[in-house]
Amino acid sequence: MAVKVRIPTPLMKLTNNQAEVEAEGVTIEEMFNNLESQFGGIKERICEENGSPRRFINIYVNEEDIRFLDGEKTAIKDGDEVSIIPAIAGGTH
Amino acid sequence: MSFVKGLRCKECGKGYEKLPVHVCEYCFGPLEVDYDYEAIQKVVSRKSIQDGPPSMWRYRPFMPIDGDPKVGLNTGYTPLIRAKNLGKALGLKELYIKNDSVNHPTFSFKDRVVAVAVTKAIEMGFDTLSCASTGNLANSVAAHAAEAGLKSCIFIPDGLESGKILGTLIYGSKLIAVNGSYDDVNRLCSEVAATHNWAFVNINIRPYYGDGSKSYGYEIAEQLGWKTPDNVVVPVAGSSLITKIWRAFNEFKDLGLIDKVTSKIFAAQATGCSPVTTAIKNGSEMITPVKPNTIAKSIAIGNPADGYYGIKTTKISGGWGEDINDEEVVEGMRLLAETEGVFTETAGGVTVGVTKKLIEQGRIKPDESTVICITGNGLKTLEALEGQFEMPTVIQPNLKEFEEHYSSHVAV
Repeated sequence: MAVKVRIPTPLMKLTNNQAEVEAEGVTIEEMFNNLESQFGGIKERICEENGSPRRFINIYVNEEDIRFLDGEKTAIKDGDEVSIIPAIAGGTH
Repeated sequence: MSFVKGLRCKECGKGYEKLPVHVCEYCFGPLEVDYDYEAIQKVVSRKSIQDGPPSMWRYRPFMPIDGDPKVGLNTGYTPLIRAKNLGKALGLKELYIKNDSVNHPTFSFKDRVVAVAVTKAIEMGFDTLSCASTGNLANSVAAHAAEAGLKSCIFIPDGLESGKILGTLIYGSKLIAVNGSYDDVNRLCSEVAATHNWAFVNINIRPYYGDGSKSYGYEIAEQLGWKTPDNVVVPVAGSSLITKIWRAFNEFKDLGLIDKVTSKIFAAQATGCSPVTTAIKNGSEMITPVKPNTIAKSIAIGNPADGYYGIKTTKISGGWGEDINDEEVVEGMRLLAETEGVFTETAGGVTVGVTKKLIEQGRIKPDESTVICITGNGLKTLEALEGQFEMPTVIQPNLKEFEEHYSSHVAV
């Protein structure tokens, strides 16, 4: 159950400068835990204490925002692509 | 001369150098420009501003650039119109429209932010400009790239109005339409920004860029005679402008240029894309993102970056948020055109229509001074008016046909 995870620049220090890593899990939540076991300290940077993504981080599975899916319970499967992206971008109006 | 000390995280306060970065690497909060207000205070007065150029650069010390502006020297200082006819139609004694539909050079308020962003990009040595845009920003980045002699690669959602597309291509820009909504485009751009060393005006240049829109707020205060109005109705997409108008008013107050700020700030959205006004009405601080479905494409952002701060601005100021359907958007555009002779795009229809609704709700009162923000030009969103009017009858070029036609069509 390996998924590809794209890491935002500010977190690449924790992933040995890798912009893309592999992680395991059948849900986003499990994938976060797996990331943490590989790259200690990364989970608290992405998630609040209750496990949901921080206010200024958006998580996408195959280009879809997980808030339109099942949030951190969203199911993932082998070959899926997960992006972790800072929420602050775009817009002006 | 620079009045910028650096950048600072709006959430955790961590300081950063003046670099092309937009997100705090610790908490992912937005970075803001950290100004040296003491130094600004020494050089700024009502007189120094009034003696400045008739453009947004009369507020140069408040702008986050280090040297002189490099592009957009004629941007801003657009008319604040005393809208007596519209006021009468809506039942308001003192109504104004701040009309950025005639902003230079691309007819929207985005020229303000882009003038700053492109100047900053030049200062930082970039050779390519980029952005995610719903159209107006695309037009403006393309135009200013041409002026600066820089390359540009611009991303838009597919299905935009032709004025927004052709009005970008004309400047020689590389334009990429993405199958999806603005939010898809924005996400893609964030990923492209990680691998391309370009100046993405609303990503890595965002802290500087956003402050260009403070000039819209300064102008409202100055043009009203150095005071702020009781109400401001602002179109909301990503929710940045609304926070910058509020910031501008408060900076003027803090530096003693105006006495006080008592304005209520109101957020206006189209119902088909109203994550911010919905949160305000629900009393929530959390934005639930939506998939946009409205003719007001220029403000169709379903996942607003600054939504949280937009909500806070309405709350702190005592304002509110309201949204209207697409039919009401067109009614708003027509009402402004018919009463004031100003043809705004759909986003302007939104602010006019929402103002009407807020008056009906008693949130805006007849004797209060109110400013409606008009941020874009109607000639760019003609598609929104398709089917709204009967096209003119063609007559032969003779007097008889004219008289027949005129008498049968015009009630005397």
